[in-house]
Amino acid sequence: MTRFITSSFSHLILLIGILIMVFPVWMIFASSTHTSSMINMSGLQMFLGDSFYENYLRVLLYQGGFFKEITALKMFFNSFIMATGVAILSVVTSLMAAYALVYYRIKHATFLFWIIFITILVPLELRIFPTYSVMAELNLVNSYFGLIVPISASAIATLFFRQFYKTVPDELLESAKLDGANTWRFFVDFLIPLSKTMIVAMLIFMFVFGYNQYLWPLLVTTSEQYWTVVMGLKMMSGSIVHRFAFVMMSMVPPILIIIVLQKHFIKGVFQDK
Amino acid sequence: MSFLDLKNVTKIYPNGTKAVHETSLSIDEGEFMVFVGPSGCGKSTLLRMVAGLEDITEGDINLDGKLMNEVDPSERDVAMVFQNYALYPHMNVYNNLAYGLKNRGIDKETIEQKVNDAAKLLQISDYLQRKPSMLSGGQRQRVAMGRAIVRNPKIFLFDEPLSNLDAKLRIQMRLEIKKLQQKVGVTSIFVTHDQVEAMTLADRLAVINNGIIEQLGTPIEIYDNPKSLFVAGFIGSPQMNFLDGNLKNKTLSAEGFEIKDINSDYEGDVTLGIRPEHLSQTENGLINLKVDLVEQLGSDNLVYGQLKDKKDFCYRCPGNQTIKTGANLSLNIENNKYYIFDKSTGKRVN
Repeated sequence: MTRFITSSFSHLILLIGILIMVFPVWMIFASSTHTSSMINMSGLQMFLGDSFYENYLRVLLYQGGFFKEITALKMFFNSFIMATGVAILSVVTSLMAAYALVYYRIKHATFLFWIIFITILVPLELRIFPTYSVMAELNLVNSYFGLIVPISASAIATLFFRQFYKTVPDELLESAKLDGANTWRFFVDFLIPLSKTMIVAMLIFMFVFGYNQYLWPLLVTTSEQYWTVVMGLKMMSGSIVHRFAFVMMSMVPPILIIIVLQKHFIKGVFQDK
Repeated sequence: MSFLDLKNVTKIYPNGTKAVHETSLSIDEGEFMVFVGPSGCGKSTLLRMVAGLEDITEGDINLDGKLMNEVDPSERDVAMVFQNYALYPHMNVYNNLAYGLKNRGIDKETIEQKVNDAAKLLQISDYLQRKPSMLSGGQRQRVAMGRAIVRNPKIFLFDEPLSNLDAKLRIQMRLEIKKLQQKVGVTSIFVTHDQVEAMTLADRLAVINNGIIEQLGTPIEIYDNPKSLFVAGFIGSPQMNFLDGNLKNKTLSAEGFEIKDINSDYEGDVTLGIRPEHLSQTENGLINLKVDLVEQLGSDNLVYGQLKDKKDFCYRCPGNQTIKTGANLSLNIENNKYYIFDKSTGKRVN
């Protein structure tokens, strides 16, 4: 009986936690399915209305921006390209950087690693003007390339992969060498499959990181054609329900990525153990 | 020139440690060579230099008539079984075996046939689709051997492959390795610190100490005729008994007894070595042993005790003799089987 009470109590606390997290999101979602006049008259809504399709479709296809060149759909596309690009590029570069640092006979590899790691202490905002001027010189302003590349070197991911590689036993490399694997084959046939779970985790992490970027895309894009969702959130004008609908939709891609990749993530964890 | 030739091979690590001293050694085709010695004696380093996993500081290694010093491990056509097996954890057993063949650009059907043949030989056919984590220690060991066999290499290198197995399995795998090597007939080098493993497996044995080969020969030669104190102490179980003594005019005087007409002109302080199994009980024997402890192994008894000067001593007798703790035994050395070593250099003098 006491066990029942204590477990009910802890469940109750957890449920309250969930409620606190979910409630504001639910309010926005419920409100976004009503008409603007309804919200203006009676405030935020707790229950679903019947303008869901109307509001969401209008938001997706509405020609917005100062020059009416961009739709929410295009922003989602841009954000998706940017986030995917950042995720893939940063994972690839980190994997390779860590490989070189751990397995190549580089002098002062540890020192070099800390140099890379120290960049964590330098936020993007601090280097944003030099970075911008480099991009401008290279004529990469207003391009996906310009959006993606300058934020695609991740010290954190390099750290994770480096630490992981250091736990891979040397015998594995030696055995692979005797089996005729060259450096590239060892990387592709061993380290990549072995770090699969970590790669997935980093992909999620970097996708969200890329998706959430605000300042950099703001600076490096002057054409509305390259606006991203997060920029759009700030630029949105119009009726309150449409803004709510946009906010709701902006949450979908990161959640989707986590749901899709989490399956592989967990599978990987169980396979390795 | 023999199949594998080591000429003045030396290894000095960057920190200045000399792991292997100018070592020369020839191994014939099909021979099973065992490197045995205590841990840190350089036996693994020597093996890894043959594999190409360690650079050679000085000297030459020739395999099948070709100088190997600068040849990449992947090009040497050697196969190695590691102590912890080093199986590829993310590949199933089939791919573990097939990986080396795939890298050599062999076509799929041939690979399949070779893998299946090797699997049959090692009785692992049922596990081909399993990952290494789903195998027992003995099965992993077999997969590791399979990976070596399947490539049909010029030479097998074993780096203490049995030390992770439990005692029973170790003996079983030892037999299997020996049988397999005889069947396949591939030249092999086996590194171990276990002298029983070394004795049972080897065609020839190299006893290594401090980076130097102390003695090279067949197991029986080395057992019967150890050339140094180190080899005498290392080979044989239980260990040889060592007593201090002095040699003068072909007469050895030790604590409490003398041996006359010794076949040596050496004079000075010596160490007398007697194997526990080369003793027998008689009346008025040379050695008087006060028994402290008897280990009954069934087939044999190991009798531990002390001599007059409190020196520890061991005697091995057939298991049917009953010996009580506290008894006084009088022992003789059978057939003059004793070994005399120069006390300062450790070299054999008789």
